Amino acid sequence: MNDVRRLKILVADDTDTDRLILESIVRKEGHNVVSACNGLEAVQVYSAEKPDIVLLDALMPELDGFGAARKIKELAGDELVPIIFLTSLSDTESLVQCLDAGGDDFLSKPYNRIILQAKIKSFNRMREMHSTMLAQRNQIVQYNNRLLQEQMVAKHVFDNVAHSGCLNASNVRYYLSSLAVFNGDVLVAAMRPNGSMMVLLGDFTGHGLPAAIGAMPLASTFYGMVPKGFSMTDILREINGKLKNILPVGIFCCATMMDINFRKKRLKIWNGGLPDCFVYHHKETRVTPVKSTHLPLGVLSNRAFKDNCEYFELEQQDRIFVWSDGIHEARNAQGEMFGEERLKGVFSRSQNPDLLFDDIIEGVQQFVGSREKDDDLSLLEIRMDEPARVNSFAKEASDRFGNSEIEWTMVFEVKPTSFKVFDPLPMLLNVLMEVPSLRAFSSTLYTILAELYTNALEHGVLKLDSELKKTAEGFSDYYELREQRINQVTEGFVRINIAHKTNENGGLLKVRIEDSGEGFDHQSRTTDNLSSFGYSGRGIALVEKLCGTVTYLGCGNIVEVAFSWVNDD
Amino acid sequence: MAITSTVSPDGNQVTIYIQGRFDFSSHQEFRGAYEKLAQAPAHYRVDLQGTSYLDSSALGMLLLLRDYAGGEQSNIQIVNCAPDVKKILLISNFEQLFDIQ
Repeated sequence: MNDVRRLKILVADDTDTDRLILESIVRKEGHNVVSACNGLEAVQVYSAEKPDIVLLDALMPELDGFGAARKIKELAGDELVPIIFLTSLSDTESLVQCLDAGGDDFLSKPYNRIILQAKIKSFNRMREMHSTMLAQRNQIVQYNNRLLQEQMVAKHVFDNVAHSGCLNASNVRYYLSSLAVFNGDVLVAAMRPNGSMMVLLGDFTGHGLPAAIGAMPLASTFYGMVPKGFSMTDILREINGKLKNILPVGIFCCATMMDINFRKKRLKIWNGGLPDCFVYHHKETRVTPVKSTHLPLGVLSNRAFKDNCEYFELEQQDRIFVWSDGIHEARNAQGEMFGEERLKGVFSRSQNPDLLFDDIIEGVQQFVGSREKDDDLSLLEIRMDEPARVNSFAKEASDRFGNSEIEWTMVFEVKPTSFKVFDPLPMLLNVLMEVPSLRAFSSTLYTILAELYTNALEHGVLKLDSELKKTAEGFSDYYELREQRINQVTEGFVRINIAHKTNENGGLLKVRIEDSGEGFDHQSRTTDNLSSFGYSGRGIALVEKLCGTVTYLGCGNIVEVAFSWVNDD
Repeated sequence: MAITSTVSPDGNQVTIYIQGRFDFSSHQEFRGAYEKLAQAPAHYRVDLQGTSYLDSSALGMLLLLRDYAGGEQSNIQIVNCAPDVKKILLISNFEQLFDIQ
């Protein structure tokens, strides 16, 4: 009996001799014995001792074996306590009665020691299996509770990060099923400073937490950048780069992003991996699909990422419909998918554009029928409308931007003691980057400022001659001389004047840099040095390419350029 | 160090890496990267993966390298340019003088 651990076994029999015989058999097997002389006592001993197996005489005074078995099973609850009836009865009916009362087996008197041994062993096996199963069940319940709780916390955090932004605007309708977050769907919307609305509907691959987790950086980037006026392409690139960096390969985000300009009634749209969006022209009751022409966000490195968008000129009351694949893939009882044809059917049958949104939801729900829903639907409708009717922000921005031009100038002068220790370019660029529409041109503006400032400093203030740079040795000498002179400079200045002015479509930035030098004969200056083979003289030619023209004034110590841009919205 | 370089085992190719801004301040280091080699390599690679910005003096330095490496006969690849950097190179018609990848 080495393979069965010491068990506690209850022996209940009112016949003393029978009980003693059984007790001694069981004890010899190495088990502990507790005993009872009738049914009531058996129940009491069971409660006090919690034996592993119960051997119960069928016929006993006070409470018979059948009654005691019922009581014991009730007390045991989920626990499996094998009950073996001891009986001298042998008619079928009595034996059936034993099992009906909750007994697991019976043993006929007189006892066969070998059979008793085998039964104890076998029931112990069953008991252990049962308790393992119970422990595992409890663990699963516990895990599931924890998962639900974690999802609740995650959803709470998620809702705070991916709050609904301006989705409450009067021209927006959306449907996101309750579990959509954990299906990886995300919908964010915010107003740009110019009063246009940016919306992104995304669908991460996969399900559950892994799918939901990418939505956090997406939403925080979106809500961080849109109100600052970054262009849609900048935001798409930022989100793409972030997702590419943090998500494992294989998890990415199919998305459609839109910039809706209510003042100009223009839509700018980018679709990477979502089903065709529909632009609904209400006058002709016609739909233009916007196909996905890009890879989803988080697949390509930013270098390979494509950000070209499509543009639509819309009428008031035209609508844009965007959805994740939940609608297309909704299945009916036969396993058919709803599909794009049925979706188009909803549009062609529609009588009233105001009801299109409801028609789609209803169409899908009717198609799916009463069977369990996948609950994976995300649908968004945006209506082109007067800024004043969208929300107060759009109205205010439209009033502000529609009829005013923004203008400012700054003058910054670098003095002799600063030349060596201070590079004004990063600071000037920072100032310019406060202008949202200039952010897209940061490197171009840097080149313009850097080349002009370098010329003013090196030729004007430090009086270095480019002629030196004609040979490789001269090139080095030039920069050695620069180093010497910048350490010794005691007089001179470089004055940087920047004037900024916006208009309806873009703006103009005038940069004028004046130095204290003697200038040069700018009348006989030749343009386009970019095809020459010399080691110098490319700076101004570069600026010329970027700005169109470079104008010298005074004795050649003043240079002026104008950089104009057109807003991309 | 802003500028580093590696030479292939057979000494036939040198790769010069430029981190951050590529302007006059890198001049000595850039020159050192190809002039101090024990054996003149047949192929030069300038890796601009880490280069955030390049100004007109850097263009001059690239031309210095080109003349040092044999002018018309030189074999110089400029690789891994960021879009902004590539724009400057293309505006300057450098694709006619270098193999820009």
